[in-house]
Amino acid sequence: MTTNSLTTSQGAGRAGDKVFSGATLAAGCLILVVLFGVALFLVVQAIPALVAPPADIQGGHGFFAYIWPIVLGTLIAAVIALVIATPIAIGVALFISHYAPRRLASGLGYVVDLLAAIPSVVYGAWGAAFLAPQISPAYGWLASNLGWLPIFQGPASATGKTILTASIVLSVMVLPIITSLSREIFLQTPKLHEEAALALGATRWEMIKMAVLPFGRPGIVSAIMLGLGRALGETMAVALVLSSGVLTASLIQSGNQTIAAEIALNFPEASGLKVSTLIAAGLVLFVITLGVNMIARWIITKHKEFSGAN
Amino acid sequence: MSKRIDVKDLNVYYGSFLAVEGVNINIEAKSVTAFIGPSGCGKSTFLRTLNRMHEVLPGARVEGEVLLDGDNLYGPGVDPVTVRTQVGMVFQRPNPFPTMSIRDNVLAGVKLNNKKISKGAADALVEKSLRGANLWNEVKDRLEKPGSGLSGGQQQRLCIARAIAVEPQVILMDEPCSALDPISTLAVEDLINELKDEYTVVIVTHNMQQAARVSDKTAFFNIAGTGKPGKLIEFADTTTIFNNPSQKATEDYVSGRFG
Repeated sequence: MTTNSLTTSQGAGRAGDKVFSGATLAAGCLILVVLFGVALFLVVQAIPALVAPPADIQGGHGFFAYIWPIVLGTLIAAVIALVIATPIAIGVALFISHYAPRRLASGLGYVVDLLAAIPSVVYGAWGAAFLAPQISPAYGWLASNLGWLPIFQGPASATGKTILTASIVLSVMVLPIITSLSREIFLQTPKLHEEAALALGATRWEMIKMAVLPFGRPGIVSAIMLGLGRALGETMAVALVLSSGVLTASLIQSGNQTIAAEIALNFPEASGLKVSTLIAAGLVLFVITLGVNMIARWIITKHKEFSGAN
Repeated sequence: MSKRIDVKDLNVYYGSFLAVEGVNINIEAKSVTAFIGPSGCGKSTFLRTLNRMHEVLPGARVEGEVLLDGDNLYGPGVDPVTVRTQVGMVFQRPNPFPTMSIRDNVLAGVKLNNKKISKGAADALVEKSLRGANLWNEVKDRLEKPGSGLSGGQQQRLCIARAIAVEPQVILMDEPCSALDPISTLAVEDLINELKDEYTVVIVTHNMQQAARVSDKTAFFNIAGTGKPGKLIEFADTTTIFNNPSQKATEDYVSGRFG
């Protein structure tokens, strides 16, 4: 009788393989379980606020009337923060990766990373105690010179604790995220493509436009989206800096509010339906952040054919 | 439009390390010159000094003169960017820009320095350059597709089309076929034969048969040992180098006794 010698298994190696694949599967599932658990909690706890009679909700006009001004406030603060932070972050990242002498580059990279290590409450305190009073004269100037624009309509806040100040603080907070991710991506640009551009007679800036930025684009998009995630969810800094109020178009008056700060400021004293209302607000923030991430993924995959991956 | 290159007493350094020493060579316009020699002999390094691409590496510098029709590439006030528009380069591994279409790849060099070009002129230039690189018939129906979707040999010919689109005086090729299969290699070699009607071509190759097939003149580089500088041993007509070299080292190398 003959046996197929190929069927004898090398026991130990196979067992290691099974353990490893099981561990990775478990880790992957755990993420889904946690995500599902959080979503379930938010939905279940939010339902009372969503079905309650409009008069019982804070403000007295129903959940939608309560939520939309702070959704808008959240988006305004986050978008302004990104508009300020993105060009600076990409500039700093390019300087570190392609312009600075090597020794200066590593020092500067370290300093930028340190920005990310500062706790958000410190940023909030800095924004409220230092930046706001320093910047309020500038708001006065904006109100008197560009006041015809709705976003700079006066009278400017005398304390400087406005949504624009909060956005500036947020931009400093998202700066290190976008910078360090972009820098990593830029450093990975294939030498081959950089040399191809230079050999065609490109200047350094043209080489960056031709080889570095197109290669890094998906990475830049994800860096910005991560920054946006932080800006949307940031609580402490906004709560400390912004003197909140009703939704206003002007960025230099006090007013506006973000979801995260609204929850943080009201949760400790809330009870009953108010808790549900705040959790529903949290659910809305969760959905917005999820949407942002999905859009980012979609942008990245849309350009897959032209990415360096194939 | 092609210029001759005269190199006088050129030394190439990486930091304090002398990589290539004392090269004197005169390369005729509208000819194909091959650089051969064992690995590490400095032939690629020397090739890169002909369009100042060695400056991409930190610490690399040269002493001596490289004259392009009498103009020193290393003269004071000479911008390497200008040098590279005159002396194009094709690399060892095909490197079309992955984020660009085939058409945009060909036009990449032309659109530099904010030069404006009308769509008609651009279309004509794309066709002319791709025909010049023997690639037009293969890609004319998919000019808007990414260049990275082509085969290796097609990508390399796309890189040649990109280099000739800017109408350089000289084209340098750094082992252009070493990553290609024999069929693609043949296509590129045929192309090199056609290119010399209009351009001065300098090619580095590890493949001695290739040097014999494509070049008019051949330069043999060698090193005495690890850590020693590479030197130009012999430069002559290709037939002389392969059949009747004057140096013993050249004869040993081309007859396969070492390298």
